[in-house]
Amino acid sequence: MILRILYNLLQVVVVVAFAPLVEGVASRLKENLQSKRGPSIFQPYRDLWKLLHKDEIVAQEASWIFRAAPYVAFSAPIFVTLLIPVLTRYPLFFAFMGDMLGGGFVLALGGFFATLAAVDTANPYGPMGASRTRMVGFLAEPVFIIVFLTVSFVAGSTIPYIVQTRWVTPLANFFEPSHILLLIAFLMLILAEDGRIPVDSPSGSFELAMIDRSKSLEYSGRGAALMKWASAMKFFVLASIFLNVLVVPWGLAKGTDFGAVLLAIPALLLKMLGFVLVLVAIESSLAKLRLFRITEFLGAAFVISVLAMITRLAAI
Amino acid sequence: MTDPSFSIVFALDALAGALFLLAALGVVATRQVLASLQLFIAQSILLAVSALLIGFAIGSPHLFAVAGITIATKTLLIPWLLRRTVPSEVYRAREIERVLNIPTSLLVAALLIVLAYGLAEPMVRVAAASFVGVNLPLGLAAMFLGIFTIVVRREAVPQLLGLLALENGVFFAAVAIVPRLPVIAELAAAVDVPVVALVVGLLARRIHARVGTTAVGRLAALRES
Repeated sequence: MILRILYNLLQVVVVVAFAPLVEGVASRLKENLQSKRGPSIFQPYRDLWKLLHKDEIVAQEASWIFRAAPYVAFSAPIFVTLLIPVLTRYPLFFAFMGDMLGGGFVLALGGFFATLAAVDTANPYGPMGASRTRMVGFLAEPVFIIVFLTVSFVAGSTIPYIVQTRWVTPLANFFEPSHILLLIAFLMLILAEDGRIPVDSPSGSFELAMIDRSKSLEYSGRGAALMKWASAMKFFVLASIFLNVLVVPWGLAKGTDFGAVLLAIPALLLKMLGFVLVLVAIESSLAKLRLFRITEFLGAAFVISVLAMITRLAAI
Repeated sequence: MTDPSFSIVFALDALAGALFLLAALGVVATRQVLASLQLFIAQSILLAVSALLIGFAIGSPHLFAVAGITIATKTLLIPWLLRRTVPSEVYRAREIERVLNIPTSLLVAALLIVLAYGLAEPMVRVAAASFVGVNLPLGLAAMFLGIFTIVVRREAVPQLLGLLALENGVFFAAVAIVPRLPVIAELAAAVDVPVVALVVGLLARRIHARVGTTAVGRLAALRES
């Protein structure tokens, strides 16, 4: 019992500690692909360190929401981490507190507060980015619902620990059309939710074109550090749901001894590296879509997820 | 169809089918003419893959011949013919004019797929071969999507690609329903279809030379936009 609580907390530590690293590796690889040298992979840590030691300036008009939002956004991915398989194959202590939908709600709560905070200061760019994020969010919502519905229908459960074993036992299940289509739809969702390139440009610094990043423009000092860290963790959490629940549930710790769980950490990082490589390839080969084309992108994701559901329902 | 995981060949065939349908969706929805030509090629390759898998599973050499003919005509001959006959400006065109915008046509396409599954269900029930359960509804859906492409597109080449995608759908269903289809039928189609492509390609070339566009949907003048 104590051990399971301990491992659960270890998962949180892993997510908090390695999320900036994944972001650093992603930006480094992207620059490398454009034949530039790129920043060090530890650059996000240095940024966070710097920001945490700077003064924080808060607008006069800002209310408590503006001050609270970084903490809410920072803690939302941590709570989700308690629910999902990051390191172990067997359910940990908090696994049954909430299912995948619950995790989605908690993540959405962080996003909701970030949106409110962006509107709060009445900086002209904040509300624009906030309303755009909501637009992308609304369009992504039906895809999320269909994907979760199909996944939990297939596995007969909404707890991610139970879902993951279904896709690989037996191995033929992995090649099931609904599985592959779900992967495509979920990958498109991650691109949209995380503000990656076909939807939004994460490294862009032009405020008028920003979607996701313009919400945290007004933050400085510790607030900025927390928002940055939170977005890195959100990506880490989404990626580990994608990898550990849907794509490659291998490499997770089977045993309860400490060594096996520790060994799962490099395995997870290796899988993350593979995922980041795919992501960098996608980001470098596509152009950013115009704002009104995002409906087409997410519409395609929706149709793919519906297709996944139909092929699954018809196969019974 | 009691246990969908009984073999990896079956799962792979289903996967090829799903990607086949995805390619058909792409033919409906992409903006670039060249991209929809490439998607059609991908769809034809997936059709050949499905034919190979079913041929392997039930030991039918006919289906290997079907796969070979599909590769030869639909991924090599027809694209080559179209590239030769239709002027290259058409392929460079980015924004294809269409009757419905892309999100709406994707939603209609999703409805058509549901409809195809609904229509195929009673037929699948009576069929004995398990591959029919995968290939018939998917082929039917691809047929619908092909027809829908012809309706929703206004350019000549994408309309032709819709017709060819429809034909792919027919064969996708046929390889499962009649796996011992005489090769002569497939050969007849293999001669027929490139001729259609050639005729449409030449026609599009003439229209393009005379009118300066291949948006044939406009030439009917039934719908002012």
